[in-house]
Amino acid sequence: MTSPDPIETFRQEAQELLEQLEHTLLDLGHRPTDADLIDAAFRALHTIKGSGAMFGFERVAGFTHHVETAFDLIRKGRVRATAELIALTLAAKDQMRRLIETPAEADEAAGDAILGRLQAAIDAATVGVPAAAAVAAGPAAPAPASATAAARAVRTWRVRFRLPKNAMATGSNPLLLIDELRELGEATVIADTTKIPPLEDLDPTDCLVGWEATVTTAHPRDAIEQVFLFLLDDMELIIEAVDAQGAEEGAAAPTPASPSSSSSSNSAGQGSPATAAIAPVNWAEVGTKAAPKSSAPGPSPSPAAAAAEPAAQAQKGAATAKASGSVRVPAERLDELMDQVGELVIAHSRLKQITAQTHDPQVKSVVEEIERLARELQDTTMGVRMMPIGSLFGRFRRLVYDLSRDLGKDIELITSGEETELDKTVIERLADPLVHLIRNAADHGIEPRERRIDAGKPAAGRVMLTARHAGAAVLISVADDGRGLDRERIQARAEENGLVAPGAKVTDEELFKLIFAAGFSTAREVTNLSGRGVGMDVVKRTIEELRGSIEVRSTAGRGSEVTLRLPLTLAIIDGLLVRVGNGRYVIPLGAVEECVELTPEDDLRSTGRCFLNIRGDLVPFIRLREQFATRTPPDPYQKVIIVSAEGMHVGLVVDQVIGDHQTVIKSLSRLHAEVEMFSGATILGDGSVALILDVPQLVAHGQAQEERLKAAG
Amino acid sequence: MAEPGHDALEVITMDLQGQTFALEAVHVREILDLVPITEVPGAQPFVAGLINVRGKVVPLADLRLKFGMEQTADTIDTRIVVIEIDVDRVPTVVGIRADKVHEVTTLDATALSEVPRVGTRWRQDYIRFIGKHGDDFIVVPDIARILVSGAAEPANEAPKHDRSSATLALARPGEH
Repeated sequence: MTSPDPIETFRQEAQELLEQLEHTLLDLGHRPTDADLIDAAFRALHTIKGSGAMFGFERVAGFTHHVETAFDLIRKGRVRATAELIALTLAAKDQMRRLIETPAEADEAAGDAILGRLQAAIDAATVGVPAAAAVAAGPAAPAPASATAAARAVRTWRVRFRLPKNAMATGSNPLLLIDELRELGEATVIADTTKIPPLEDLDPTDCLVGWEATVTTAHPRDAIEQVFLFLLDDMELIIEAVDAQGAEEGAAAPTPASPSSSSSSNSAGQGSPATAAIAPVNWAEVGTKAAPKSSAPGPSPSPAAAAAEPAAQAQKGAATAKASGSVRVPAERLDELMDQVGELVIAHSRLKQITAQTHDPQVKSVVEEIERLARELQDTTMGVRMMPIGSLFGRFRRLVYDLSRDLGKDIELITSGEETELDKTVIERLADPLVHLIRNAADHGIEPRERRIDAGKPAAGRVMLTARHAGAAVLISVADDGRGLDRERIQARAEENGLVAPGAKVTDEELFKLIFAAGFSTAREVTNLSGRGVGMDVVKRTIEELRGSIEVRSTAGRGSEVTLRLPLTLAIIDGLLVRVGNGRYVIPLGAVEECVELTPEDDLRSTGRCFLNIRGDLVPFIRLREQFATRTPPDPYQKVIIVSAEGMHVGLVVDQVIGDHQTVIKSLSRLHAEVEMFSGATILGDGSVALILDVPQLVAHGQAQEERLKAAG
Repeated sequence: MAEPGHDALEVITMDLQGQTFALEAVHVREILDLVPITEVPGAQPFVAGLINVRGKVVPLADLRLKFGMEQTADTIDTRIVVIEIDVDRVPTVVGIRADKVHEVTTLDATALSEVPRVGTRWRQDYIRFIGKHGDDFIVVPDIARILVSGAAEPANEAPKHDRSSATLALARPGEH
């Protein structure tokens, strides 16, 4: 295995960060004073700048620096996060993406323009000092009312921190952090070595030492937090005020106060029960001070700031940032894993056949154990390919935000069912169709503001994006509360295009399906968003390729809903295993309508014309034996499997129906590109290969045969 | 890939109807005993089978049909040589049916010669080199070209063409 290209790693990382930044900014649009969001955005910008410079993306670093500076002002409360500022930061984010992905095409002037407008927006949004303090306070500062007063007073803080184990490996230097603490004011630092294991278990690259610092400073609590800004997510950090109350508490603890001068004191002391209850880990209470006698010139004027709150806050920070602990794996490697697991299952079934002859209970129990493990492994592997669809939904927030600005309509995107899982490849292919559907809903569905108010609807339009499971399928729907599809206009247009006979009675369902036909658009004028009539047939094609289907529902004046029904996975289908001659074949179960017996009368009668009477309907049938040029004699009682595609039916005559089969689909190689009757192959339990029938092809074939016969009279 | 006159060529030798063929060892992934073969109705006769190679569905090519040979029944010596080769720049895994697999050997550069203009009964472009190994003539077929021709040509064209180019000039070393 080759080690990944660091530049590529940076690109991937930056992409994730930019995505995260975008979400944060969009959230910030709704809650412009949320300090956590502002911090998250700032951190993302800072990291992009830092690692960009490290990997030689100077332009990225330079550009990001300006955006970061702007956000720093917001963070410090000097500037309000206005809608304009957020929109510009989003534009800046797009520019950053261009700089990273296609640096050659990124336009320097465009970037400068964004920065210029950003500066203007900052100037416009700059707030007075008192307001600044209020914004900065938010949920982060302990007591907003006394914040300004307390900020200037000298206080003593006890800062206990433990870096993540891998801190050294990721490039943090605890000594620098401690130096930074020292810069804030007089500090005493004690190392906590309780977590260091015996030498033989010690990994020298781990950071196992914790620290406790007593800092006396005039800076506010935030200043201390900022020292650890870039590590906050994964580290343990407890900041407590050591004032009159705190000191008493500490004195009450049974642990005797040890001298706080040594910076490398061996801490074998027991944790004090009072503080251990707050701290998540058992901190050795070495540095507990009896009183802030050292240098604090007087008790802090703000006794209101109790010591209980900080721990909770540190934990909250960790929880919000711990969004995903995921691993990147190339999709091919997952496919490989899937193949190997399939092979294991097959090897196991051979083992089972061999051991069926023995009567050794020990061997049998091992075989059963392997069977269970193999099945579980198979389930897990399938599960690995599944991803929550939320990752895709996230992208559309930006789309709707942009659409809403471009169209001058208030549009809200409401998503639900983000946790619904789908095969990764399906999710990726869904992105385009959903973009088209959402655009359509926003552009054609949702009425302009005034029309909505006239109609008694809320001024802001809604686009609802939902996903849910329904059996072995996933339903994804895009709904809007707009004007609904215009039945008359669609019918008129369909008649114009010759898709429907003039004046014909068509059901809603049939009529609405026509909007997916290529080149079909009822929009009076083409906007730059939609109306060209190309989008919807892309939707149809992609969904069909994914073996899915589309349903459209619409109520005039109330809105419309497009529902996509998709199979859970592309890699596996439920199949019906049949035998034709000596060969076994799989028919996708989704296409199967029913199985009937081919009666001898039908068999004889049909020598010339191959039709079957199914409850009054004439269904053409195809003898697979003839198609496959099977040489063995036919079974006496042949079965007909009625399959459907595109609303048409055809019967497939087989020798035997074996049963259902979980089919792992393998595509055929280029050498079999010209083979039309099969869409792929699969491996059966005994290790042999079975072909999967391509039902739409066979149906088309059957229909063509019917046409020929009709023409022949 | 080795060219004659430059390098020695490492090959695996195998038999088809008494004629020794050699497959370049760099392409060979493994050699299997005969496994169940699934027929593909509608495929070209020389790639009409599919086999399972470690969980992958792999086409099985029968070169005998491309060289106009008779298809005799499988024996205990029949093997499948699994090779990986670029077909139109797409890496493709293919099984090659062999009557018998002999050994891995090196064809000396001097023993390799270009295909004579006349005198073979096979299509020239299907053969990369002809070498001599002991008393045997060894044919190194151009598998990639054979497979591409299989994917592009109508199924019935190739064998007819093969048979029509007549004379047999390659000395047949005693039947095995």
